[in-house]
Amino acid sequence: MSVGSASLGQAVRPDGVLNADVLRADARRQALGLLALLSPGLFLVFAVIVVPIGWLFWLSLFDETGQLSPANYARFFEQASYIKTFATTFKVAFVVTGACVLFGYPLAYMLSQLPRRAASICLIFVILPFWTSVLVRTYAWLVILQRKGLINNWLIDLGVIGQPLPLANNFAGVVIGMTHIMLPFLVLPLYASMKTIDQDCLRAGMNLGASPAATFRQIFFPLSLPGLASGVVIVFVLCLGFFVTPALMGGGKVIMWAMRMEQATSLYSNWGAGAALGVVLLAVTLALLGLFQRLLGARATGVWSRR
Amino acid sequence: MTKRLCIHGLAGLLASVAVPASAADTITVASWGGTYQEAQTKAFFDPAAKELGITIKQDTTNGLDDVRLQVTGNAVKWDITELGADECARGSKEGLFEKLDYNVIDKSGINPKLVHDDWVGIDYTSVVLIYRTDVFGDKGPKTWADFWNVEKFPGRRALSGSQATETLSVAALAKGTPIDKVYPVDIDGALQSVDKVKGHIDAWWTSGAQAMQLVKDGEVDMASIWNGRAGTLKKQGAPVSFSFDQAVLTADCMVIPKGSKNKDLAMKALAKFVSPDLQANLPLYVDNGPANEKAFETGKIPKERIKDINSSPENVKKQVLQDPEFWRDNLVEATEKFNNLIQQ
Repeated sequence: MSVGSASLGQAVRPDGVLNADVLRADARRQALGLLALLSPGLFLVFAVIVVPIGWLFWLSLFDETGQLSPANYARFFEQASYIKTFATTFKVAFVVTGACVLFGYPLAYMLSQLPRRAASICLIFVILPFWTSVLVRTYAWLVILQRKGLINNWLIDLGVIGQPLPLANNFAGVVIGMTHIMLPFLVLPLYASMKTIDQDCLRAGMNLGASPAATFRQIFFPLSLPGLASGVVIVFVLCLGFFVTPALMGGGKVIMWAMRMEQATSLYSNWGAGAALGVVLLAVTLALLGLFQRLLGARATGVWSRR
Repeated sequence: MTKRLCIHGLAGLLASVAVPASAADTITVASWGGTYQEAQTKAFFDPAAKELGITIKQDTTNGLDDVRLQVTGNAVKWDITELGADECARGSKEGLFEKLDYNVIDKSGINPKLVHDDWVGIDYTSVVLIYRTDVFGDKGPKTWADFWNVEKFPGRRALSGSQATETLSVAALAKGTPIDKVYPVDIDGALQSVDKVKGHIDAWWTSGAQAMQLVKDGEVDMASIWNGRAGTLKKQGAPVSFSFDQAVLTADCMVIPKGSKNKDLAMKALAKFVSPDLQANLPLYVDNGPANEKAFETGKIPKERIKDINSSPENVKKQVLQDPEFWRDNLVEATEKFNNLIQQ
């Protein structure tokens, strides 16, 4: 549809219809068309996410006798172990996310600076663990880390230590196992965002006399923040709901929220007991996502808009 | 594909020769899976199917929540399922099971504590004390008081963190309660007993496989463990020792979930499962003892095998029988308190 040379609002087609009206109707038709295309997806999201979560919330309001009651939520305050579990869950999530950033950022940076072919080979090694089940990888860590495992045996044989290090069946074991599993979730989005950073910006910085370190700190790092933020959010949220690795590597001493859900569904005769745990985790996760959005998101978008 | 077709064809042929099988002649039984269920298949399911001329399909269960889900959701797919005895007692209170007909099922020989309106005992597992002989020789901890005695028996320890019922039972034994006085459990006393040892527990296991792995790999030197797992470790050549002295005898049970479509047939199959004849098969394949003590009178179980079976009349005397109805009423409170205690 050609707009013609006249100003948009006044354009009149040969048949006398105002061009702006036609454009507006066209836009509306397009929006409706898009909505129609989206509707199967939206319906699916509604049916498999919104409805079950609503149901979960509904169930959490009933006690074992089927009466409306706050009992399922009151329990979290009456029993100290729930608060401890909650604290443990966040502690694990924070430490694992921190460890992932510590290991993942340099790795992603290296990958982004490698020539294309070398980078894709290295990326395969990052993705490779995805193809092995979490359960198998966790057991492998157990073999490596436990008291008579590979690491302790080597260190004792080499005379580095006299007593085996407590690496498994405790907090350290959980963090090591989970960091390994979570690392790709941080590295991949981070690498993708680092690849989009315009190398000319860095060259320009250096051209203007900035040292490599200053170029990295003042240009590359701020530009990589959006990718880092999305990686951190993914890892943190996945950690909050993690089950397998803490259950196997924690030696029963590191109890996370998901493990309590499993226990609650078998211990209590009402689904509400487990449902309430799910509702709390969901609410806290959403609140945190909002917080991340405000803190990291705003900062990251700030960086982009300054550019 | 061809192999599967071949087996299918063969099975179909056999079925058509023996009994004309129809959908009504099929029941589904769920149990815990693994080698345990394989043993039950050989001991109970296959012989019962043959004798009744029916097909028994199998599934695996996670326990009471699975049954609750099926019954409350009106989607019962199992005709018989196995559960822990305390789960049976709890599910019974919730009304999840069909009434059993003891005109069809012969209950003689089964401990009356495991015979109820809507559930019946099927076999036993013992919670035993296992220790590594490469650490202690044959002078390892023999009683739960020894296990609790960290000065005399230094070493790494594991107890069950998921089965509060079992850990509280052994904790009661550890503070010197005689085996016939453990039930009803003095929960607060048992918790105090756990409190004394908890600082020395290196792992609270949450599954039988985990308990086995902890002992096998030398991650711990002594542990509470299910006798089936302990027996497997010994057969695999791990340097371990255990006995039924002061063990906790826990029963498993079978139920017909409420709304089962083949209730009558399931009743007949269940009657076969608990009959002395089929019960006597079980210890030939697995270390879980039969619930029906008449099994020991059938002559099927070799004499030298009887002494290794946890539910033989001789061994039962050495153990505490866990009371399912006690835990029906106290499980939630005791488990929450136990969690508060062991969680750091």
